[in-house]
Amino acid sequence: MSSEMDDIIKEFLVESGESLDKLDRDLLVLERDPGNGKCIDRIFRALHTIKGTCGFLGFHRLERVAHTGENLLQRLREKSLPWQAEMGNALLKTVDAIRLHLECLEQAGKESEEENEALIDLLMDLLNGSLHSSIQFESSFPPDESTFNPPSNFEETIPPPPRLGELLVAQGVTTRADIDQALQSQSQGDRRPIGEILAENAQVPPEVITQNLEVQSKARKGDAADSSIRVDVGLLERLMNQVGELVLARNQILQCTTRIQDPDFLGAAQRLSLITTELQEGVMKTRMQPIGIVFGRFPRVVRDVAQQLGKRVKIEIEGAETELDRSILEAIKDPLTHIVRNSIDHGIEGPGDRENSGKPAEGTLRLRAFHEGGQVNIEISDDGRGIDPERIKRKALEKGLITPQAAAMMSAKELVHLIFLPGFSTAEAVTNISGRGVGMDVVRTNIERIGGTVDLSGLPGKGTVTRIKIPLTLAIIPALIVGCHEQRYAIPQVNLVELLRLEGPEGRAKIEHIHGTPVYRLRGELLPLTFLGNELWNTGEEIRPPEGDDSLSIVVLTADGHPFGLVVDEVRDTVEIVVKPLSKHLKGIPVFAGATILGDGKVSLILDVMGLAQKANIFSGGAAVTAGSGVKEDAQDGSVEILLCRGPDDARWAIPLSVVSRLEEIDPATIEHTGSLAVVQYRDTLLPLIRISDILPERRIVARTNLQPGEKIPVVVHDTGGQPVGLMVDAIVDIIRESLVAQRPGSRYGVSGCRVLQERITEILDMETIVRAGLEASS
Amino acid sequence: MSQFCTFSLSSFLFGIQVEAVQEILPACATTPVPLCHEAIEGLINLRGQIVPAVNLRCLLDLPVASLEQVADSLNVVLHNDDGPLALVVDEIGDVLEMDENLFEAPPSTLQGAARTWITGTYKLEGKLLLILDHERFFELG
Repeated sequence: MSSEMDDIIKEFLVESGESLDKLDRDLLVLERDPGNGKCIDRIFRALHTIKGTCGFLGFHRLERVAHTGENLLQRLREKSLPWQAEMGNALLKTVDAIRLHLECLEQAGKESEEENEALIDLLMDLLNGSLHSSIQFESSFPPDESTFNPPSNFEETIPPPPRLGELLVAQGVTTRADIDQALQSQSQGDRRPIGEILAENAQVPPEVITQNLEVQSKARKGDAADSSIRVDVGLLERLMNQVGELVLARNQILQCTTRIQDPDFLGAAQRLSLITTELQEGVMKTRMQPIGIVFGRFPRVVRDVAQQLGKRVKIEIEGAETELDRSILEAIKDPLTHIVRNSIDHGIEGPGDRENSGKPAEGTLRLRAFHEGGQVNIEISDDGRGIDPERIKRKALEKGLITPQAAAMMSAKELVHLIFLPGFSTAEAVTNISGRGVGMDVVRTNIERIGGTVDLSGLPGKGTVTRIKIPLTLAIIPALIVGCHEQRYAIPQVNLVELLRLEGPEGRAKIEHIHGTPVYRLRGELLPLTFLGNELWNTGEEIRPPEGDDSLSIVVLTADGHPFGLVVDEVRDTVEIVVKPLSKHLKGIPVFAGATILGDGKVSLILDVMGLAQKANIFSGGAAVTAGSGVKEDAQDGSVEILLCRGPDDARWAIPLSVVSRLEEIDPATIEHTGSLAVVQYRDTLLPLIRISDILPERRIVARTNLQPGEKIPVVVHDTGGQPVGLMVDAIVDIIRESLVAQRPGSRYGVSGCRVLQERITEILDMETIVRAGLEASS
Repeated sequence: MSQFCTFSLSSFLFGIQVEAVQEILPACATTPVPLCHEAIEGLINLRGQIVPAVNLRCLLDLPVASLEQVADSLNVVLHNDDGPLALVVDEIGDVLEMDENLFEAPPSTLQGAARTWITGTYKLEGKLLLILDHERFFELG
């Protein structure tokens, strides 16, 4: 095939791809509103163009399908055939068949072997089902010339451009009478164009006429064609790469400015910096595409899935104009489709169920996209049955994804998040839409691969909301540069939570070990630590901070929702880096996400936080999904993390650390009361406070410990099903790791048992009972 | 006739088909890559492109280079469809034109690492030119 022919085919593929997407949307509009003549015209024109071009290029199978569909539409346009629901299906199938041929054409260079007999028969049946079966489909191919000539009334469907006279009258430069006169003289044999006649007879200034003629010709051509061009994606990629190089060169020059103090040079460097930033933004914009391109597929997906399941679902789309880098757009297509399918399959109930629970029979699926904080947010919400944490728990236990002990300690939110575990599926029956259990974990992996996050929330019975946050672009990202063993590594800022610096030997002593695993107590929570040097070079817990610095730097990162601390030699600065892929030889190393070139021209590796966490065994599958800290229960000796607290009269209490979300100290002056319930403002919400000693039946009369002025009350924050509760104790004693199996049963209400811990008889608190009793007593 | 870009490493003279060579670079700063193949010395910045550098001494079981040798080393940058790749060598020699009829397969007694990389030899005056299979370097990993 000649290259010219290749070009024509390529052009045809691009154009047809676009019009097929439009066809899908128009067909759905038509299904809802079969009398929409404009819509039928648009569909007809699109199919007609495809058919015409295929005939010309010699793709006869493709042409035949398009032609049959077009015949049906022709009858609909003439209104000689009434609309039937079946036609919508048949026409959508036609679009699918064309799409299949086009895909084949793109990949193999020829149309597919599929003859689409069944589809053509179906279309023919629909055609022949009418009274006027006289227009028959000509089965002899290639078809006659009429294929290339549009039907006679085709022209009328394009809105005619405004007439010159009408434009002039509308602007008030001339009157209708003048125009009528001019037209009359034209019909009497005046051969001049109407503009000239008007200019002479009605004294319309010639400039005005020229101006209006331009308006007219523009309307004829359509504005879009004039203001946009098609650009090869490869060219844009190359441009983007070159801009990346420019950014690096700019960074190098900016580094020179610290050494060279020449004012002219400084001025030029600053201008260069500014222009580079603008250019970078500009080129980045050329790669941006509205998310509507992906959203546009969903009305069709929703329709098909809902129809298969016998459900009624309408889709609402908001923020389709939100722009994203095309590579990201490509990457979110499949995860989004999966979530949408899931929503319809698992979330939205059948019409009967919905009416029984007082909802409209038609479910609503809402897709919303918006920019926020330099990221793109996508929300997929439905008004279906929501996610029932209890049901998830049962399912997870059934499949052995979590242990009963772990399940008992989980908050509702954590239970809901179990959906993201590999192998999880709640569908009672596996359908061909979803339910194979290879879903949400893949969704999450794919989203996280591009530096995004997924979150699920919702209320049972009310619906589910899936929130996705993704970066605008992948090519240039902000990163933190850290030093380790004389090398610098870049950590993508999206994974970064906070930076910790432990000063001197006392600071270093704050790193504790559980069974040899280093941990750090970060605001009462245990943060598992890993040493970058050890992960990369097997150097153990050795750190080599720069000369004269005896501090220890911990970079707190999050992977898969689990925080962990990465110990590095030094924390340097944050810079914008250009991500470059690693060559084939180094692709297999999961710890690295790529490489970049720093301001001084040296190459630096970009750490893959997920890969690093996996290598360091920060979490291992479902077993690590315990509440609170990331440290998992040690199954061998049954020991757990225990928080020891002191109550009045030096009583010792033990609380499993896994049900503790945070430890806080609260100023007594900030405690307020709503009714009899003590509350404190805490992280934008109200935290109810329960004094444990008020709940436990007292055996001795003890004077309540008097607080010194300015002294704070230690509070154990416990999370129950998304609602945190603060438990006031006299003091936090320690966090230890031991078995929490009772040696003696509890002797009072709210205590599940007793055990000797740290040589003291310690009461093991029954948190559920205490919280319930505490909240009931005050309400 | 085929042309070979020659270079020396330790006491040996090696040759690589000249078509596969993109350019010769002086020694430059390499960033070591942990956890990768031991023969990959690190990454170098070739005008904004990140290129892996292969330590041939390690691949061919040759004695480790002295500090002086490291300072004077050169990079022979090869290129194929996967992108560039640099070989760290001691010294660069002439481009030699050899008659293909004189090409000899390596002796069957040649053992170990060298056997994997050397496809054959040409006899020069007082020296052997060992021909390396450049395509194979791209399969490292």
